[in-house]
Amino acid sequence: MTELVADPVAGSSPDRPAEPGSTATSDPVAADRAERAVRVRERIIEMCASGTGGHLGGSMSLVEILVVLYFDILRVDPAKPADPSRDLLLLSKGHGALCLYAVLAERGFFPATRLAEYGQAGGPFMAHPNPALPGVEMPSGALGHGLPIGVGAALEARLSGSPRRTVVVLGDGELQEGSVWEAMMAAGSFGLTGLTAVVDRNRLQITGDTESVVGLEPLDERWRAFGWTVREVDGHDPEQLRAAFTAAPEAGRPTVVLARTVKGRGLPYVEGTVVSHFARLGERQRRRALATVQDGRRP
Amino acid sequence: MTTVLEASCREAYRDALIAAMALDDRLVCLDSDTGLFLGMDFGTAAERYLNLGIAEQNLLGAAAGCARYGRIPFVNTMATFASTRALETVKIDLAYANLPVRIAATHSGLSAGNLGPTHHSLEDLAIMRLLPNMTVLVPADAATTVSLFEQCRDLPGPVYLRLDRKPTPGLPTDAPPIRIGQAQPLRQGEDVLLVCCGPYPVLMALEAAESLAARGVSAAVLNMHTLKPLDEAALAASNAPVVTVEEHWRSGGLGSAVAETLAETGRRVLRVGVPDRFVSMAGDQQFLLERSGVNAESIEAAALRALKY
Repeated sequence: MTELVADPVAGSSPDRPAEPGSTATSDPVAADRAERAVRVRERIIEMCASGTGGHLGGSMSLVEILVVLYFDILRVDPAKPADPSRDLLLLSKGHGALCLYAVLAERGFFPATRLAEYGQAGGPFMAHPNPALPGVEMPSGALGHGLPIGVGAALEARLSGSPRRTVVVLGDGELQEGSVWEAMMAAGSFGLTGLTAVVDRNRLQITGDTESVVGLEPLDERWRAFGWTVREVDGHDPEQLRAAFTAAPEAGRPTVVLARTVKGRGLPYVEGTVVSHFARLGERQRRRALATVQDGRRP
Repeated sequence: MTTVLEASCREAYRDALIAAMALDDRLVCLDSDTGLFLGMDFGTAAERYLNLGIAEQNLLGAAAGCARYGRIPFVNTMATFASTRALETVKIDLAYANLPVRIAATHSGLSAGNLGPTHHSLEDLAIMRLLPNMTVLVPADAATTVSLFEQCRDLPGPVYLRLDRKPTPGLPTDAPPIRIGQAQPLRQGEDVLLVCCGPYPVLMALEAAESLAARGVSAAVLNMHTLKPLDEAALAASNAPVVTVEEHWRSGGLGSAVAETLAETGRRVLRVGVPDRFVSMAGDQQFLLERSGVNAESIEAAALRALKY
């Protein structure tokens, strides 16, 4: 596993959307979400600075997606994690666990102080989601598992006449797994309008650009051909994400949100780099990273 | 061996499932184009029959998704597809997540016969019994299939129900009732213990016990229909040497489970099963078993060998 042992010299990616947290706005909701995104990034950095390190890049690219889902979209109640009417969030890209842990803490499923347990031997905070933790619906980490489970949950909602929705968050490299396409085909064929897939399209997998490994494009056309409605958004823009998630589904079609993201988002000096995939931050790197994401608080 | 063919385990399961679905709306039947349910009338439960096509990873993942919301999905596929093709889904989404999915694994052992090694399932017991939280059931005839089906319904975790494809003879009608986790004694005996699972192995063990009796050897027969959790107490109840019989490779399945359990006691365990090679030839189930050396004569010979030491 690649470790971030020195600050890479890579520059920031040229087409970055708005700074995280820098949304200078009078909209209190937007300001609240921006502040939460900063806090989530701080916690991801702290976990990556623990002895074991963590999946930094793919957690940072997910932040706005999970913040918007957990604060604006999903009907979940930390007091009733097994409520049969709850919406279902499956983090199929399980290596985004640090972001999930931080967002679940932010949402109140467990105290944020518990994140200090991340990586502690014998504790529950593993590098992939532990279903023993409140709010973690299923184990994940091996790729290609979430969408089939989502198909089953959405079929069950239909059987039960429940309006609850199922959201599956996938990595883009993960789309190379065949099981994803089995589930895409089934979801389209069954017309599962209650199912939403989100692709964290940061374009990077461990050995490089997805298109240089086994290409995914034309990704929108492929999803459409399997019977899905495709919504493409800037995955770091809460407004665009919210709009994509709240738009009414097309009749008889599940929805996929192709979220253009940047791996390592929030740390311009690692953004868009493969080396950000896994990082064990030293103290100097930790301080620099925290200061960088905290800059986002300034208007 | 009696030649009365009563019913197949998979059809007995199918009929029991359809009947149960009408009364219990937690039950969902997830199919993978097996054809087992063609022409079947699910009545008021029709919407709970879902054919997800030929895609076993999606099938088992979808079952986990249904189970996460309180359903009890019965997943229908061939034993080999559940245990090898979709294994990672079974391991993570069913066993690790510990969800009450029931895998109805048809065409077990050599019962796919002429379809060949791509469809035989001689490794599934080894695989499934390794998974934490999994219950592994191997009925030996239509009646015990129905009984195990009923009993497994409310177990909290996943269940692997191994089903033969073709009609097989029934067990003796005076057999005691079957209970998950408790070996079923089919014959009492002092000298040697025959431990078996699955339709033909159980019938062969009973036949071998008869032949042994004619030689003055008293053989007990234990139907180990639950491979996991294994009834270790039933094995420990005697000190007789053991012969295991299964329609599975000799490695990894019932014989291995019994040998692992008894290794520390010094009990002798001899294993009858399919040798370590693919059974790549035409022939029906009984022919292939015979050619693989899984028959009453092998069991009898193994029992006599076990007693010699």
